[in-house]
Amino acid sequence: MPGSATLVRNPGRSARRKLVNGVFVFFCGVATLVALIALAAILVSLVGQGVGGLDANIFKLSTPAPGSVGGLANAIVGSIMLCALAMLIALVIGILAGTWLAEYGGDGWYARIIRFVNDVLLSAPSILIGLFVYVLLVAPFHGFSGYAGAVALGIIAIPVVTRTTEDVLKLQPTALRESGIALGAPVWTTIRKILWKASLGGIVTGGLLAFARISGETAPLLFTALNNQFFSWDMSRPMANLPVVIFNFALSAYDDSRRLAWVGAILITAAVLAAQIIARILIREPRR
Amino acid sequence: MTSIPIDSAIRKPPKGAALDPVFRFLCLAAATALLATLSGVIVALAIGGWPALAKFGLGFFTSTTWNPVTDIYGAEGPIVGTLVTSVLALALALPVAFGIAVFLVEFAPRAVRQPVAIAVQLLAGVPSIVYGMWGLFVFAPAFAKYVQLPLMMNAEPGSLLEKLTMGVPNGANILTASIILAIMILPYMAAVLRELFLTVPPQLRESAYGIGATPLEVTWQVLLPYIRRSAIGAVMLGLGRALGETMAVTFIIGNSHNLPKSLFDSGSTIASTIANEFNEASGLHQSALIALGLILFLITFAVLASARLLLSQQRAV
Repeated sequence: MPGSATLVRNPGRSARRKLVNGVFVFFCGVATLVALIALAAILVSLVGQGVGGLDANIFKLSTPAPGSVGGLANAIVGSIMLCALAMLIALVIGILAGTWLAEYGGDGWYARIIRFVNDVLLSAPSILIGLFVYVLLVAPFHGFSGYAGAVALGIIAIPVVTRTTEDVLKLQPTALRESGIALGAPVWTTIRKILWKASLGGIVTGGLLAFARISGETAPLLFTALNNQFFSWDMSRPMANLPVVIFNFALSAYDDSRRLAWVGAILITAAVLAAQIIARILIREPRR
Repeated sequence: MTSIPIDSAIRKPPKGAALDPVFRFLCLAAATALLATLSGVIVALAIGGWPALAKFGLGFFTSTTWNPVTDIYGAEGPIVGTLVTSVLALALALPVAFGIAVFLVEFAPRAVRQPVAIAVQLLAGVPSIVYGMWGLFVFAPAFAKYVQLPLMMNAEPGSLLEKLTMGVPNGANILTASIILAIMILPYMAAVLRELFLTVPPQLRESAYGIGATPLEVTWQVLLPYIRRSAIGAVMLGLGRALGETMAVTFIIGNSHNLPKSLFDSGSTIASTIANEFNEASGLHQSALIALGLILFLITFAVLASARLLLSQQRAV
């Protein structure tokens, strides 16, 4: 074997391989370090700039006019309402669609198309969803509204729920389905009372991931929910929400407004990270 | 023996059986809603953008005049800006993401692996507006002061460096936008690549180590070929994210509609143009912005579709 012979007899080549490998290992370590530093820098400035402004007024007062004292109460309540309605829409449609894909659609042509469509929607630019909802709901009714914002967020959340629902349902053993049929239960009862119950953890996880995805979304809200300087429960009117307030205030020339933008950014990031961590714990549980 | 009325027990349909088709129909309707949404997006963007596309024709793609005052719109600036920032971001993020994934799978001490992997995945979920704010308030000023200004000072007149570094030294330019985009898609791509590396059967890796391959050779000649197809898919997904990203870019790209002349020139992307102007736009201006949206949709659709095609073999994402 000439190849192995040269390999053994040629100490230079072996040394070079070791050296090149060393450079590679070094590069991988440095890459990880660089990424961790960049990401740590973001979190540090987020906490450093935002935590100082986090006081009771944030939750009690509404967004101020430039130069006066204020908080984010209207934006926080607005964001919660938008996300709640969006999640309601997404859970209903997403769970049903995921169920169809897992239980009825099989591997047929229509199911394959729906799966592809879902994948595209999953990573479609969110600003385009905002444009779509603007054309669909805002322009015809001549007004920005909380409902339009919730629909836009819902459309972004649906594919996440659909995907996780389909995935967890497919993980359920066939025996579960057979047990339902053996008891003489109709298919839809079997799905509701046995399969959905068995997959509850996974479906909740999907919901949390979807929530994490939409709670920081800004672009689709710009042309749908818009913003509202005042406190409002009325979803048929423009509605304040954290992301758009952050966007407007961050670009403002006033220090007070910028400070509020950082506080808002901290609140959103905390909500997103909390949702992701809970989802993570739920995923891990069944493995015990 | 009395006969058991089996017949009637069998013939009596179970409770709620009548609703079976209704439920099935509801599920089908929900699935169809997804298809309707995607088609709706295409139709809405096409109809809304049609007036501008019909008026300017091909000129919409090749002109750099974007003037709401005279109502003349050419989108070459934003289109080129979108492609340049996304490709630059991908070029910056890919090697680093690859390095992280390999480090976590092959080299990292066991105690470090899990925490770093979790940190990377959590950070993939940080809202993009946070990246944008950090870019605007922290990164751009620092970049202008410590990188851009010294480079501009030291560039010889007429040299390539001078050409590349031309611009206003405020940190809001194509390059900083690309870097922020790169940092944003980095955790996402690293997480996906890591998962792909973990799908490689351990026997392959062990046999390569067994014949004396170095980790570099194992990675390059065994792991990468095994996941190549899906890895390209993952990269395309990252590209798709960068193309459609709005907030992180809007904060920092400088928002001018010119064709960027250098790395340090301000520019715009399709998404940032829409985000900045849509609420003040009406008539033809609005139509031009929706047409921009349609172009963005077609670009990302092509990228995502090919990504999914490549990933469909290994459904790891």
